[in-house]
Amino acid sequence: MKTNPSMSIASAPPSNATVLQRVWAIFGVAALGILLLAAFNVDFPNKTWWFTGSLITLTLSIILYSYEAYRHHPPGIKNNQVWQKSLTNRGLWGWLLGIGITFFYIILYFYPQFLGLNNEGENTGIIGFFDPLSQILSGNPASQWFVYGTLYTIAILAFGIKFLWKYRHNPYERIRTFSVMFFQTGFAFLIPELMARLNSDSFSLPYYDLKNIWPLNYYNFEQYRVDSFISAGDIGIALLVFGIISILVITPILTYYYGKRWYCSWVCGCGGLAETAGDPFRQLSDNSLFAWKVERWVVHSVLVFSVLMTTAVIHSYLGYDAEKYWLNKDVFLLLVAGLLTLVFALVWIFKKQELKKDARYGAIGYFSIISGLIVLHYLTGSNVFLFQAESLRSWYAFLIGAVFSGVIGTGFYPIFGNRVWCRFGCPMAAILGLQQRLFSRFRITTNGGQCISCGNCSTYCEMGIDVRAYAQKGENIVRASCVGCGICSAVCPRGVLKLENGPLEGRINSDAVLTGNDLDLLDLIKEEKTSE
Amino acid sequence: MISSYLALRLPNHQLHCMKNIVIIGNGIAGITAARHIRKLSQHRITVISSETRYFFSRTALMYVYMGHMKFEHTQPYENWFWEKNNIDLVEDHVVKVNGQNKTIQLRSGQHHSFDILIIASGSVSNKFGWPGQDLRGVQGLYSKQDLDLLEQYAPNNKECRQAVIVGGGLIGIELAEMLQSRNIPVTFLVREKSFWSNVLPEGESAMITRHIKEHGIDLRLNTNLKEILSNNQGRVRGVVTEDNVEIPCDLCGLTPGVSPNISYLEGSDIETDRGILVDEYLQTNIENVYAIGDCAQLRTPTQGRKAIEAVWYAGRMMGETLAWHLCEKPRKYRPGPWFNSAKFMDIEYQTYGNVSNTPSERERHLYWENRNDNKAINIAYDPVTGKFLGINTLGIRLKHEYFDQCLRSEIPVETVIEHLEKANFDPEFYRNYFQDIKESINQQISIA
Repeated sequence: MKTNPSMSIASAPPSNATVLQRVWAIFGVAALGILLLAAFNVDFPNKTWWFTGSLITLTLSIILYSYEAYRHHPPGIKNNQVWQKSLTNRGLWGWLLGIGITFFYIILYFYPQFLGLNNEGENTGIIGFFDPLSQILSGNPASQWFVYGTLYTIAILAFGIKFLWKYRHNPYERIRTFSVMFFQTGFAFLIPELMARLNSDSFSLPYYDLKNIWPLNYYNFEQYRVDSFISAGDIGIALLVFGIISILVITPILTYYYGKRWYCSWVCGCGGLAETAGDPFRQLSDNSLFAWKVERWVVHSVLVFSVLMTTAVIHSYLGYDAEKYWLNKDVFLLLVAGLLTLVFALVWIFKKQELKKDARYGAIGYFSIISGLIVLHYLTGSNVFLFQAESLRSWYAFLIGAVFSGVIGTGFYPIFGNRVWCRFGCPMAAILGLQQRLFSRFRITTNGGQCISCGNCSTYCEMGIDVRAYAQKGENIVRASCVGCGICSAVCPRGVLKLENGPLEGRINSDAVLTGNDLDLLDLIKEEKTSE
Repeated sequence: MISSYLALRLPNHQLHCMKNIVIIGNGIAGITAARHIRKLSQHRITVISSETRYFFSRTALMYVYMGHMKFEHTQPYENWFWEKNNIDLVEDHVVKVNGQNKTIQLRSGQHHSFDILIIASGSVSNKFGWPGQDLRGVQGLYSKQDLDLLEQYAPNNKECRQAVIVGGGLIGIELAEMLQSRNIPVTFLVREKSFWSNVLPEGESAMITRHIKEHGIDLRLNTNLKEILSNNQGRVRGVVTEDNVEIPCDLCGLTPGVSPNISYLEGSDIETDRGILVDEYLQTNIENVYAIGDCAQLRTPTQGRKAIEAVWYAGRMMGETLAWHLCEKPRKYRPGPWFNSAKFMDIEYQTYGNVSNTPSERERHLYWENRNDNKAINIAYDPVTGKFLGINTLGIRLKHEYFDQCLRSEIPVETVIEHLEKANFDPEFYRNYFQDIKESINQQISIA
């Protein structure tokens, strides 16, 4: 029978897994199996030992599996068979994993009782299994979030070590990965748990991951948290102020100097998971023009939603009387309106020529909706944004906080790639992105005429940026969504891409030409490109 | 979008003299020409190819076999691009060209007429008349069809237990890396005494040679192919070297370079030598018939460049130049200083200007290497005038623009070295070797 060549491309090449790799994989599955049994309330004698053992086995099996996978190969790019393996090419294993993680998230967010959460008495199931560790750290029994946080941290650490081996030839990737591992373990996991130890009957701080900045941390300014901050005295106030200056001062400064990467691929927990456990799926991000169009509308809509929701929530608990406290409902609304107007005006005055048509429509549209709603509120006395603050909040928490960032964002890693949430849903990424595009020193530069249009950069861009489209024209890549992971530069076989911070002038060079040809001709091409 | 916009911009007389431009070949040369012509004019553009419907990056074929990418990832433009930009794509094979009558004949039997013909039909893999070179399982690696063949004959290491590659150039080492990605043992026969030593100077060549061996490839230097052996089904079963060593194999990769793909022009009125002969306007002996890319042979190449340059970059620059020549005013093909790049397994290679493998009296080399890290830099200069001639770099990324300017302005080698770190293009946090390089090189200069 004649072999169909196009069919044979789909046939999987032999598995490269060594015997040891298989052994470690079995250990890993066994450890997960113990956790699963715990979830089904199997009673383990010496619970603490079984618990410790399963977590350590899980971590070690990931690490040893990776070591086996990479130690036989010299340092360099390790993407062999990525598109031929079922797990990383949306095959059966990919789908099964996706469904599995999605299922886990649905239980975690909506049915924690199945994990053994018991608010009345002692925890059972897998949450009960985690109680001992939680007691050591915070002195409290575990919750579903503690289980999640622990597994999340293990994932970032173990797959982080895998990533470190995979990119052991690349110092940028190594340092960046150490950074996400550090921020996850220290800031997201240990510090908040230890902070909880400080709490007593008279002193209580809310659970606070300091690097989790509003609007990613959309609940940071909700009443219970703000009350709690204020009642905790100086430390609480300091944390509240830190939360506010994080987004208004620290973030703009760091993004100006380094681009949004300082957060998205160096610090952020969502980014941390995407870059480590999610790394095998980065090539699944859609890099079509259509996907980019969808992305721009969706992510900025989420940003608007988060601003509206937060404003409404804060507005709802502020007082009416300015005599009692200067920040009352009216002052707050005016501050928000003023800030948005200021940002809008500055962008319009200084950066209008950099906005494409749809960006202008979007900016005007959203700005008029927000200010229109505020005016409407004053004219008719309706709710600030037509809806009850509480229903806005709960819808946001459900749609964005749970479904988008968790179920879709992580559950669909093996289907849509590892940055679905960051790209389409994260309001923090949207803010940082706007700034990165309009006011930052960061860019990816291209190396003269050396691009061969191979497509590795575009394929491995987790944000679905068509990097090649710029590189093959010699243009810098200045895109709102770029998280600066550096993989495009790493996989480029011809040394064409470089992540850089530099002066604003000439950063966006859509008139660039490809070095190498006749200079007169290049001048003409440049002219033609400018007139486009 | 572009075409409707241009309609507003173009003066009327240009709209009235729309030409019918036919391009043979949809590789980088032909497609670059098509894209630039479209940007500059309303001419009718037809691109004919029997290889694939859509343009893809030939240099990326290896990554498809290795599983780094799917074939569609090698296509730089989405499929809607061509219709939107009014570029007609024809999937057919040109069998005859008649320059004087301005017609071409296709395999389907159709005839196409043209006002302007651009021949960009690329290369074919070299075969030097070895016995058995046309057996099944014997192939080069150039086209999409070659990739399909490789999938057929070397899908895994059960079907293909052992492979032999003949010819130590860029495609040979790529093929070796590809087969190794599927755990197929590779024996690599190289005619030279060291890998690619007909291009690379000793130091660089030795470093790559070591690297190939480190990757577990059975590299046999100073070895020539005598014969390819067949099994009783007409498929390769082994090769015999000139030393009468027999090596069994299920796949034999022939990669001793490429030559212009011009056999279909035999008997036509278009003048050819090794390639299609073109003048400095890239025009053949027949008016309005042009040739660009791998298949073109310049009658008078510019200084420091070869008559036939089968590289991506030359094809692209010729396409660019010809489009402007056709749509604006007459324009000669005058490329700047030579540059090229490659990746040998894990070692990236870039070159700017000319660094010869066997330097003449008027060329001296300043060589630095770090063996542990597989990094090397080789700077060529003229000892008489002190002029900088070129640079090779392995494992360190350097800026094209810096050396392009250095070479065009003919500055002394000392100045190039003094500011060498300005050319650094390595990613952030990479180890900086420039102090080391400068010390070593300055020492060599003072001795010289």
